[in-house]
Amino acid sequence: MSDHEYTPKSNFGKWFNDRLPLLTLANHLTDYPTPKNLNYWWTFGGILTFCLVTQIVTGLVLAMHYIAHADMAFDSVEHIMRDVNYGWLIRYIHANGASMFFLAVYIHIFRSLFYGSYKAPREIIWIIGIIIYLLMMAAAFMGYVLPWGQMSFWGATVITNLFSAIPLVGEGIVTWLWGGYSVDNPTLTRFFTLHYLIPFLILGLVVLHIWALHVPGNNNPVGIDVKKPSKDTVPFHPYIVIKDAFALLMFMIVFAFFVFYTPNILGHADNYIEANPLVTPAHIVPEWYLLPFYAILRSVPDKLMGVIAMLSAIFILAALPWLDTSKIRSAVFRPLYRQFYWILVADVLILGYVGAMPAEGLYLLIARVATAYYFLHFLVILPILGFKERTLPVPLSITEPVLGGSSNLAAARNDSRLEKLK
Amino acid sequence: MKKFLKLFFYILFSFSLLPQVFAAEKVEYLTTDWSFKGLFGKFDRAALQRGYHVYTEVCSSCHSMKYLSYRNLAQEGGPEFTEAEAKAIAASFEVTDGPNSDGEMFMRPGKLSDKFVMPYENVKAAQAANGGAYPPDMSVLVKARGGGVDYIYSLLQGYEDPPAGVTLDDGVYYNKYMYGNKIKMSNQLSDGLIEYSDGTTATVEQMSKDVTTFLMWAAEPHLESRHQMGFKAIIYLIILTILVYFSMKRIWSRIETKV
Amino acid sequence: MSKKKTERRDFLFTATAAVGAVGVGATIWPMIDQMNPDASVKALASTEVDVSSINPGKTITVLWRGKPVFIRRRTLAEIDEAKAVKLGDLKHPEKDEDRAKNPEWLVMLGVCTHLGCVPLDQKGDYNGWFCPCHGSHYDISGRIRKGPAPTNMEIPKYEFVNANTIKIG
Repeated sequence: MSDHEYTPKSNFGKWFNDRLPLLTLANHLTDYPTPKNLNYWWTFGGILTFCLVTQIVTGLVLAMHYIAHADMAFDSVEHIMRDVNYGWLIRYIHANGASMFFLAVYIHIFRSLFYGSYKAPREIIWIIGIIIYLLMMAAAFMGYVLPWGQMSFWGATVITNLFSAIPLVGEGIVTWLWGGYSVDNPTLTRFFTLHYLIPFLILGLVVLHIWALHVPGNNNPVGIDVKKPSKDTVPFHPYIVIKDAFALLMFMIVFAFFVFYTPNILGHADNYIEANPLVTPAHIVPEWYLLPFYAILRSVPDKLMGVIAMLSAIFILAALPWLDTSKIRSAVFRPLYRQFYWILVADVLILGYVGAMPAEGLYLLIARVATAYYFLHFLVILPILGFKERTLPVPLSITEPVLGGSSNLAAARNDSRLEKLK
Repeated sequence: MKKFLKLFFYILFSFSLLPQVFAAEKVEYLTTDWSFKGLFGKFDRAALQRGYHVYTEVCSSCHSMKYLSYRNLAQEGGPEFTEAEAKAIAASFEVTDGPNSDGEMFMRPGKLSDKFVMPYENVKAAQAANGGAYPPDMSVLVKARGGGVDYIYSLLQGYEDPPAGVTLDDGVYYNKYMYGNKIKMSNQLSDGLIEYSDGTTATVEQMSKDVTTFLMWAAEPHLESRHQMGFKAIIYLIILTILVYFSMKRIWSRIETKV
Repeated sequence: MSKKKTERRDFLFTATAAVGAVGVGATIWPMIDQMNPDASVKALASTEVDVSSINPGKTITVLWRGKPVFIRRRTLAEIDEAKAVKLGDLKHPEKDEDRAKNPEWLVMLGVCTHLGCVPLDQKGDYNGWFCPCHGSHYDISGRIRKGPAPTNMEIPKYEFVNANTIKIG
C-alpha cells in the first residue's frame, strides 16, 4: 500500500509522525483505494458508524440523568422526557436510534450475503461482524430493560429464563444473572453497567472490522479482485466520503421522521406502564429486530432445543464462509443463488412477522416451516449450490466488459485466448 | 425455477393479507379531528384548559397524575394558563409538606413547583378504595394504551348495556371498546355533568374529546416543539442532501464512472 | 474537466460545507444544554423560614437551592459595629444598610466567595465569619475584610412575608 511511503510535509509533522504515525494513518484512510463501482448498498458501513456514535453520545447524555434503581428508573425516564432540557429529543433519538442501527445492520448483512463479501479473503471481517451483531443484540436487549416498564421487566424475565434451559446448572445461572430470585433491582443495575460497557466493546471491534477490511480492500458488486491502486479504484476521500455522506443524509431524513413524528411507533405501549412483577402483559413481544429469532425459539416445542435452535440460527452465520462452496462471490453471476437469496430474505421477513403473532395455530405452523427452511438454506442449499450451479461469465476487471465464454473467475483468468483478444 | 418463484410470491402475497383479516376482528375505535396530529399539529389551548377542568372535576378523585406539576399548566405548549391562574390552581390544593422543625408533617397550600396532588396515599390504598382495581396513573396513559388517543376517546363513550348472555359481577361494567369488554370503572360522564367556564356545552362527546386532548398533552408535553423542530430539521436535511448530491456529482465527474 | 474549473474555489463545496457546519452546531447544542439546570430545578420555589424562635445574637442555617443560607438576628451592638465601618476600609465596599434592609436581620448566602466553602459563625478577626478553607475573614455584615475571598458574601433575594416569616427566593 502506498501509505508506507507517506512523509508529512512540515517538520513538526515529521517529528510527530516518527513518534506516533497518526498522519500516516490519516493518509492511509483518505487515500485508501476503493473500488469505484461500489453501489449504495456499500454506504451502510458509514451509516452504521454514524449510528454507533449517535448511540454512544446520546447514551452518555441519558446516563447523566437516568437513575438505575428499580424504584426510580421509570420516574427518571419521565423526568428526562419532561424536565431535562431537550431530554425528550435525546431519548427519542436513542430509542429510535437502536431501531435504525438494526435496520442498517440488516441491510449491511444482506448486502454481504448478496455479493459474497464473507468469502475468502474476508472471513475474519465477516466473523468480527457477527460478533458485533451479537453484542448489538445484547446491548439492545439490556437497553430495553432500563426504562423499567412492563415490557422491560417481562422481556428481561423471559430472556434470562432462556438460560434455565441449560441442563443441571441452568437454574443456578439464572439466579446468578438476576442476583436474586426474580428480575429486580440487582438485575437492573448490572444490566445498566453492561449496557454502558458493550458499546465500547463494539467500538473496539469496529476498529478491528475496518482494519481487517483494509487488508484485502473492499469487495465490490462484481465480486472480483481489483488491483489497487488502479483505474478500478478511487481514493476514499473525496469520492467515497461524499457518496457516504449523501446516503447518510437520506438515512437521517428517515431517522428524523421517526424521531419527530412517530417516536413511539417502534416501541410497545406496555413499556409506558411501570414494571409490575404481579401482572404479565397479554402479549410479550421483543423489539422488531429480534422477532425472527424469537419466532425460531417458539417454533421448537422443546425448551432446550428451542434455545439451541435460536442460538444456532445466529452462529450458523459465522460458518457461512465455509458453507458457501461457490468460488464466485457476487450473486450477479449466480442466477440460482440469486433466487435462493431472495427466498431467504422472504423467509426471514416471514419469521419476523410470525414472531410478532401469537404462537398458535397457523402461525406456529408457518414459523416451523420457515425455521426449517432457514437452516435448510445454510446447511443444504448453499453447499450443494456451489457445485451444481452454472454461473455466468465474470468480467476480468471492473472497467473492462465481460468477454464471455468462461464460467467463473479462475477460468476467465487462465483463458489465454481471452488475454490475446485484449 | 421461475414458476417456483411465482408460486412463492403468491404465498408471500397471501401472507400480507393476513393482518387485514386479523384487523377485521378488532374493534374500530371512534376518532375525531385531533388538532395535534400531522406535521404541524398543535394542541387546542381551549380544549386543554377544558380537559384539565374535566380531569380535576371528574377523573382526579380516583386517578393520579404523578408526573405533572402545577407549573406545567402554565408552560409553553401546554394549556398555557397564565402564571397567576396556575398559581391560583395550585393554591386551591392542600399539599403535605414537612417535616417541620418539630419533625411533623403539615399541610399548606400548593405551589407551582408541587406535583399534582394524588387522590390516594399509595397503590394499595387506591386498590382498597376501588374494589381491588387500581385506577391507573394518567400521566402517560395515552402512550401506555395500544389505541392511543382514539382508544381513550372511545372508551369514555363506549358504555352500553351488556348484550344478552353476558353477565357482569358487582362493580364490573360493560364497555364495547375495553379489552375483554369488562371494565371496573363505571360510566363517569353524562351530558351537562360539569359547566365549562368558556360556555362550551359539556356533552359526553365534548368532554371525552377535551379530557383526551389533555391526557395527550400530559403524556407528551413537548409535542408541539417536537413537531416544530422536526419540520425544521427535515427541511434542513433535505436542503443539505441536495447540496451534497450536487457536490457528489461534481466530484465524481472528474472520473468517467457514474455515481 | 478543465484545470481552471478544479482550481477555482468552488462555491458549491463551500456552501455545502457551511450548511453542514450549521447542522453540526445545531445538533451539538441540545447535548450541551441538557447539562444546564432542568425545568424542575429551575422551578424549585422559594423556601419560607419561621424566624420567631431565633434569639438576638444567634444564627440559624437553612438550605436553599442546595446551599446554606445564614439568618442572623443581630444585637444592637453588632448593628452599630457594622454601621461604624468606613467604606474606605473595605475590599468590596458596601454599606450595611444595603446588605440588611432590616438591620436586625442579616440574611445571606453562607458560601465563601473564594472557593465555595461554608464559613464558621462568630470566628475570625472581625467578629463575624471565618472561612477555614483558606482563611477569609468576614465582618458582622458578611463583608470580606481579610484573606483571599474577592467579594462580600452574597445576599439572596428575600422578603418578610410577615413579622415572623422570611421567604427566600
